[in-house]
Amino acid sequence: MAAVSQLQRQFIDYTTSLYNEGYLDDQFTQLQQLQDESNPDFVVEVVSLFFEDSEKLLNNLATALQQKSVDYNQVDSHVHQFKGSSSSIGAKQVTNVCIHFRNFCEAKNLDGCLRCLQQLRHEYILVRTKLEALFRLEQQILQAGGSVPVME
Amino acid sequence: MKPDKSGNIWVKFVGIFSRYTSMIHHYYQHIGSRKIRKTWWRKLLILLIVLGTIISLWVFWYLRSQALEKRKETLANMCDERARMLQDQFNVSMNHVQAMSILISTFHHAKNHSAIDQETFAKYTERTAFERPLTSGVAYAVRVLHSEREQFEKQQGWTIKKMTPVSKDKYNPAELEPSPIQPEYAPVIFAQDTVAHVISLDMLTGKEDRENVLRARALGKGVLTAPLDLIKSNRLGVILTFAVYNRDLPCNATPEERIRATDGYLGGVFDIRSLVEKLLQQLASKQTIYVNVFDTTNISNPISMYGTEVLDTGLQHVSPLSFGDPSRKHEMRCRFKQKPPWQVLAISISIGIFVITLLVGHIIHATVNRIAKVEDDFHEMSELKKHAEDADLAKSQFLATVSHEIRTPMNGVLEFNSQVFLFLFSQNKGMLDMLMDTVLDVTQQDYVRTAQASGKALVSLINAVLDQAKIESGKLELEAVRFELRTILDDVLSLFAGKSQEKGIELAAYVSEKVSETLVGDPGRFRQIITNLMGNSIKFTEKGHIFVTVHLFEEVMESIDVETESSSKHTLSGLPVAHRNRSREGFRPVVGPSESITLIVSVEDTGVGIPLDAQPRIFTPFMQVGPSISRIHGGTGIGLSISKCLVNLMNGEIWFNSIPKIGSTFSFTAVFSNPKEQQINGHIKSKSLFYNMLAIVVDPKPIRAEVSKYHIQRLGMHVKIVPSLTGMLSLLTKSQTVHLVLVEEEVWDQDLSNSLVFVYKLRNLDLKIPPKLFLLTNSIGGSRQSNGVTSPPVITKPLRVSMLAGSLQRTMGGNKDNARNGEIPKLSLSKLLIGRKILVVDDNIVNLRVAAGALKKYGAEVVCADSGRKAISLLEPPHSFDACFMDIQMPEMDGFEATQKIREMERTINSHISNWHVPILAMTADVIQATHEECSKYGMDGYVSKPFEANQLYQEVSRFFL
Repeated sequence: MAAVSQLQRQFIDYTTSLYNEGYLDDQFTQLQQLQDESNPDFVVEVVSLFFEDSEKLLNNLATALQQKSVDYNQVDSHVHQFKGSSSSIGAKQVTNVCIHFRNFCEAKNLDGCLRCLQQLRHEYILVRTKLEALFRLEQQILQAGGSVPVME
Repeated sequence: MKPDKSGNIWVKFVGIFSRYTSMIHHYYQHIGSRKIRKTWWRKLLILLIVLGTIISLWVFWYLRSQALEKRKETLANMCDERARMLQDQFNVSMNHVQAMSILISTFHHAKNHSAIDQETFAKYTERTAFERPLTSGVAYAVRVLHSEREQFEKQQGWTIKKMTPVSKDKYNPAELEPSPIQPEYAPVIFAQDTVAHVISLDMLTGKEDRENVLRARALGKGVLTAPLDLIKSNRLGVILTFAVYNRDLPCNATPEERIRATDGYLGGVFDIRSLVEKLLQQLASKQTIYVNVFDTTNISNPISMYGTEVLDTGLQHVSPLSFGDPSRKHEMRCRFKQKPPWQVLAISISIGIFVITLLVGHIIHATVNRIAKVEDDFHEMSELKKHAEDADLAKSQFLATVSHEIRTPMNGVLEFNSQVFLFLFSQNKGMLDMLMDTVLDVTQQDYVRTAQASGKALVSLINAVLDQAKIESGKLELEAVRFELRTILDDVLSLFAGKSQEKGIELAAYVSEKVSETLVGDPGRFRQIITNLMGNSIKFTEKGHIFVTVHLFEEVMESIDVETESSSKHTLSGLPVAHRNRSREGFRPVVGPSESITLIVSVEDTGVGIPLDAQPRIFTPFMQVGPSISRIHGGTGIGLSISKCLVNLMNGEIWFNSIPKIGSTFSFTAVFSNPKEQQINGHIKSKSLFYNMLAIVVDPKPIRAEVSKYHIQRLGMHVKIVPSLTGMLSLLTKSQTVHLVLVEEEVWDQDLSNSLVFVYKLRNLDLKIPPKLFLLTNSIGGSRQSNGVTSPPVITKPLRVSMLAGSLQRTMGGNKDNARNGEIPKLSLSKLLIGRKILVVDDNIVNLRVAAGALKKYGAEVVCADSGRKAISLLEPPHSFDACFMDIQMPEMDGFEATQKIREMERTINSHISNWHVPILAMTADVIQATHEECSKYGMDGYVSKPFEANQLYQEVSRFFL
């Protein structure tokens, strides 16, 4: 039981740090609250969807920006998508970068866009690592027979 | 002037005046062409004055002629009277002279030996002189032919003498010449003593006498001479002569016969002047008139017989006189001695009329001028009024525009929403929030927080101003949607829960069970009114309670008498309150149509109250009790004004009763309507976990207990109230299962040891299901760990259904997620959405998954679609979806287009089958961009923010599913 409680404490600390460092926001909490007995893997499910979607979008964006004549409308719609999904799961930093990205896109600033793409990829990978770590912790807690603490 | 005449004149005047007043009325009816009217009036006025002048002149003339007529008449009467008297007396004298002539004929001529001599005659005539008042003397001359002259002269002893006019002094009969020789003579033989000097004078020698004598004997009547100077006396006189005949002649005897039969002539001397004077002296008012008597035989040269020649005084009356001699004409002329007096009456009346006319004219003139001036003023005023109103409207519109313009960017900065408390998924962040999220040091964070707080205050002020401006410019319209009154009250209570708990004030709401669950009206505005009132109450209340009650108006009217009797002890916190009914006497609500419901809502507090002098202006915008108030308590002073306007829009009235240092009670009525199909009440109750459980409330204060009972009953439980813990225990021992015991903190704290004993007993009672014990408290503070005994779980008031349910569930092992304060929309949402089949359309699969998850959470059955096309195919009627949430920004086909297609589809089906209309709500991350107008343009029914915000979602969804 001690291990479980230690794991739980670790989980709480880790989550809190994610919030404090600004990787995640309330939306993620809401998401967690949507998960219940009838839908036990909701968060993981949604987050995996987000990962798939994001990777696809990042590839699309890279391709679109490599074109000779860049279709900024298309780029914008990709970024919009990215912004929507990231804000849905509460990946706050990603969302923020998307907002900047859209501004550059509106200004048709290729350099800015490329810089943002880099940043976006970076932030995405960061949040993915963090979330995956969080899920691993969760799994460990569950395997240890404990319950995942609910963040208030 | 005769009275009836004067009456007529006044009638005329009244007539004229009434005509004018009727013209004034006429004038009032046509205010239009004023200039024309004015000149018209001027003409009329002149006409009136001319008319008045004419009338006054006419009246003067009329009265004057009347007076003259009367004067003339008087004169004529007097004159005629005098003439008649004179004539009568003359006739009497004449008759007597005639009688004497017969006497002489009988006693002198008919006797052989005459019985009369001069002495007899003189005596006789002297003694009978009173019979002839007008004669100064009589004499008898006998007819003597020339042949008889000598014998006659011999017989008489004197010669017949010629008549010569001489002066009185020189008269001497002996010097008179004898009469010249003539065929006949008429010597006087007898004479009265007064005229004795005429004896022996031949009458035929005097010119006048001769003529007289000859005419007298020819006519056989008395004849008169023209006025002549009498012999000796030289006074003016008239001589009357009668012929004396020797036989009795018939009436129709010829003059020749008469001359032949003549024996002599009897003459009487009339001294006209003295006679007339004597006569006039007998009459009164001698002084009034002049009397002149004229002989007018010769019309061209009348001979004055009496009277002095006087100045012509104008008026003269002539009366004819007849002295029995047809050949002589006499007349009497009369004049007034005085000139006619001034016609004072006539003059004053006519001047009076003239003056009255002028006055009436002046009054009319003044009136017309006054009317014109008032009219001008009126026009000026209405012009000014219009300007003022325009300015006011412009001000309101300006305010509305400016507020709106300020609010939009402010929202960008703050993303502030007045229902902050109810945010669940608040994701719409403003610039300051974002700034807050960046790396800031402590000072910077503090600055940002200050900026945020100031900004929020600013936005709330702008919202208030915008509301006021909207109301003033008449742009505010009320919605008519279904809502649950109790839920709204719970929401408002949640809003103020923090503050009331902080201050330790009892905050409670009570809705009469006669008020139905759902009503149709504007929940937002209703909430605003209550929030305003409660906000004020909580600002000014430091201890005691704030109590919101909702009743049907009829209910209150029925119980009005009972209520006024209730003592101050029967209030929520036991403190005295200002009773709402005091200020409502005589108030009656507008009776609406039968399906309408009039609610009366009261917010009662035990605060500082409103100073009496500030009470009348409490509903005036920006009016606060004093400048210090806004410093201490903040606020704009606009809330009550807005509330009043909103209440008026709800066909209600707002009033208050406030007693300084005791508290205020604001009450208002509002008219709502019943929803068309009444949904089955109490399904929430039956679904509730606590359905049919028994709860006991331990509370000595009946009203507070009643409020607790009300809230607990809403969960479907049965409630019993006992005033103390000891009473409680006796209830427990009975066979009935008691699930819950709620104890007021006050009771608990009163005697802690007793309470502990109670807990102990409760545990030791061998009951199948031990009752759960709760404390009801007002404030958060206060540790319950005293004496090492863990106190029962605490429920912090204000009581609300959701919160109560949550607290109970948490303790009784229910789902703890629901046990948090402020989750009313969530609970209500589950109620709304449970079992609903909902289609969610979004191209972003992550979003789709999240949205679906959220809706599932509320118990809805969710179907997902990742494009507009799929949504169209799924929503082709007939289908089983209750609603659709659609993302707007989607590739290929956006939400608007998809919705349009779906509506078209529905229309074609509807034209021959039934009435399909699936509610479609837009989902958008950009709430500022989305507007109701835009959504409804494309056939959408509303919009929700993405990710879902529970309160907004609830509001939108409730429009379809309630």
